[in-house]
Amino acid sequence: MDSADGVEILLVEDSPDDVELTLHAFKDAKITNRVHIVRDGAEALDFLFARGPYANRDTTDWPKVILLDLKLPRVDGLEVLRQIRADHRTKLLPVVILTSSREERDIVEGYRLGVNSFIQKPVDFEQFAAAIRTLGLYWLVLNRPPQRAAA
Amino acid sequence: MSRRPPLSIQMQVDILLVEDDAEDNTLTLFALLKHQLTNKFHVARNGQEALDYVLCTGQYANRNITEQPHLILLDLNLQPMGGLEVLRRIRADPRTRTIPIVMLTASDEENDLLESYRLGVNSYIVKPVDFKQFKEAARLVAEYWLLLNRSPSRAA
Repeated sequence: MDSADGVEILLVEDSPDDVELTLHAFKDAKITNRVHIVRDGAEALDFLFARGPYANRDTTDWPKVILLDLKLPRVDGLEVLRQIRADHRTKLLPVVILTSSREERDIVEGYRLGVNSFIQKPVDFEQFAAAIRTLGLYWLVLNRPPQRAAA
Repeated sequence: MSRRPPLSIQMQVDILLVEDDAEDNTLTLFALLKHQLTNKFHVARNGQEALDYVLCTGQYANRNITEQPHLILLDLNLQPMGGLEVLRRIRADPRTRTIPIVMLTASDEENDLLESYRLGVNSYIVKPVDFKQFKEAARLVAEYWLLLNRSPSRAA
């Protein structure tokens, strides 16, 4: 496993294809920020709260954005979001739901739980790559994240 | 025939721009129009007008509260009611709590930033001082929130 320190983008995604497309799109857009990939909701929470395999993670260091899929093994995306917002260390972190879901109730519930933004993955590859580029520029360059997650 | 409110009040807008600095307004709107991202926006010149617009009170009492902008661009340094208070009141009302709000500010102060996130802002942006960068930022903001982001189609 790569070092879990210095991570700028936490990508929570169980589909290997979508992981590959996303990393490829970041590379094409010359977004070189450090990405860490976790494959299910439980691992995402372990990473954020420095538990289990991530017990030694430097918790003064937080990602600038969390890209969160909804349909995930073990713990689903909305539950991950709920736990992020419930903990004082992580409740202010920018979270973007990135999903294939077209369901209005997922959008409503995501916003009700305090997601920062909700993006439906375009099916077309070119559009997916363009979306990742815009999303990366927005959250890594333009948006100012909280320096400390809590305070 | 029943009397109708002016068109600008009936129309569903994409962006509500809350900004008391006329020059910044001009720049933002110029960037939106130039890139043809939207021509459907409404400008509120102070915090109270923004709240009246969103909550359909005062001069906007005839507006339909289910027709909300896809994005509120909110200046932090408004007088007399500040941007943080506007944000707090929009988030406190179940009918308007999920409208995406981006704080636009000249302030790089950590306290303003943390308080904005605590109150539930979706994003916090420090206005670039350089004219060209400002226009580029306005374009990216509109592209992101109007073309990419999805928000609940109805309030509440």
